[in-house]
Amino acid sequence: MNQTTQLVELVEGTSLWQDAWKRLKKNRLALFGAVTLILISIAVVIGPMLSPYSYDQIDLNITNQPPTFSHWFGTDTLGRDIFVRSLVGGRISLMVGLVATAVSFVIGVTYGAVSGYFGGYVDELMMRIVDILYSLPYIFLVIVLLAFFSKDITMLFIALGAVSWLTMARIVRGQVLSLKNQEFVEAARAVGVSTPKIIFRHIVPNTLGPVVVYTTLTIPSAMLSEAFLSFLGLGVQPPLSSWGTMVNDGISSISVFPWQLIFPGVMMAITLFSLNFLGDGLRDALDPQSRKE
Amino acid sequence: MLKLISRRLIGMVPLLLIIVTITFFLLRKAPGSPFASEKGFKPQVIEALNRQYGLDKPLHIQYFNYLKGVVKGNLGPSTRYVGRSVNDIIWEHLPNSLLLGFTAYFIALLVGLPLGIIAAVKQNSLVDYLSMATAMLGVSTPTFVLGPIMIILFSLTLYILPPARWGEMRHLILPAVTLSVVYIAYIARLTRSGMLEVLGADYIRTARAKGLSESAVVMRHALRGGILPVVSFTGPALAFLLSGTIVVERIFAVPGLGNIFIEAANSRDYFVVMGITLFISIALIVMNLLVDIVLGLLDPRISYK
Repeated sequence: MNQTTQLVELVEGTSLWQDAWKRLKKNRLALFGAVTLILISIAVVIGPMLSPYSYDQIDLNITNQPPTFSHWFGTDTLGRDIFVRSLVGGRISLMVGLVATAVSFVIGVTYGAVSGYFGGYVDELMMRIVDILYSLPYIFLVIVLLAFFSKDITMLFIALGAVSWLTMARIVRGQVLSLKNQEFVEAARAVGVSTPKIIFRHIVPNTLGPVVVYTTLTIPSAMLSEAFLSFLGLGVQPPLSSWGTMVNDGISSISVFPWQLIFPGVMMAITLFSLNFLGDGLRDALDPQSRKE
Repeated sequence: MLKLISRRLIGMVPLLLIIVTITFFLLRKAPGSPFASEKGFKPQVIEALNRQYGLDKPLHIQYFNYLKGVVKGNLGPSTRYVGRSVNDIIWEHLPNSLLLGFTAYFIALLVGLPLGIIAAVKQNSLVDYLSMATAMLGVSTPTFVLGPIMIILFSLTLYILPPARWGEMRHLILPAVTLSVVYIAYIARLTRSGMLEVLGADYIRTARAKGLSESAVVMRHALRGGILPVVSFTGPALAFLLSGTIVVERIFAVPGLGNIFIEAANSRDYFVVMGITLFISIALIVMNLLVDIVLGLLDPRISYK
């Protein structure tokens, strides 16, 4: 399965990743998603620097203007440029997506790998804890955390990262359970490799397929949670902008100035759409068995 | 089966104790108090209010008093709405949230299941691609973006439905449809993949071989196994539905539990926040148990020992 047979005399082994890349290249929708994401990332990173306006620049002479050449997406109730605010909101959104995912990656992979490798009572206890955390109504706990402690962005990162590692831990544990008794692990043990090294150098790299797939699905869900909390006034605080707060601000004047809501909203939907397509494409590419032909 | 149910119900007790303990100490260790925001209160007044609600006692005594109340089914008083208990507040607002949530889930099943079945039966056809692309769009459109778009479309352009009213069946349409879109998308995708897996199974070939009509094969034989992923999704879906209703209640001004929860959290109405969190946890655990029971009835391969 891992061999290309087009050239008989040059049978070359292809790695999982080369194989996956070949399949991904054929998936037009996934590629389209990737390109859109790259464009959006470039725009949100350098766009605000190139614009003559800044996200918190108030100009009460030009409030609630419809889209014009000088303000592509129009202005909001304080005369701030919606285009720049949407881009800055995109920065926050991407940042939250990446940081929360990184947190869930580090905690989830470590936790799952340790639990699966040691097995027995350790595994039982560690997974029972995950089960308990699973049944907490965590959206409510996150709201409580943000409302009662602090509404700053670090808290948001911590709260979102802390709740998104559970599924990751389960996935990794399952993988590790099936890997830990294989020959290459026994070989490593036989030559005296230390336990942490066996786990992180030998086993964890082999679990990366499903982990990558789940990671690409965590990013949009973290972004959605950020926007959701900001929408409720619990996430990003003004004057900083987030897609969630912009939509929330836009609702009050929806009948008169719909562009204040539509631009950030649509931008967010496009980003999530691309991420989901890419995630789906990656899943098909890395786990061909899951694709029903 | 009875063993499973009783074991799970007993398992609930420590779980709920953990939830109560976490929320209780989390709230109390947080800065601020229910009465700090009401400026202009003299210290004596705040002291008297704290005494009235029992907030002046040592923390561990308050904790045990609260636990005692919870065991008796009394979730305490609201510090924000004078003279009202948390039980009253929950029972008053819960029906609105439930009505909204269940209508949305019902719409989602009604639309999502057929969509997924058709996509699976006509795999790789135009219908399949279209419905899956639409499903992807549904998954990617946040509820709080879709809601306002629905208002612009149906309330402000077509003038068919009111943007924010509650009381008649008609007023339920916009919020319920808005909330259902994500679930339509999820259910359609799950149904499709579940059906595809089952349609390739041997027992379906047998059913076809004995000359059953295609519709009988699909509807009677394949569907039973094909909707298993949808049934197991019901548990997580209900959890999602909770956060979804918070947003939808906010946008369409529905007087539901979500709105009350956000208000209570912002005004540090301790007992209301704890009461709703506890109530939702119980609801989630019970629903998950029900889902497992239904799964066991539908799928003879699952056995509970």
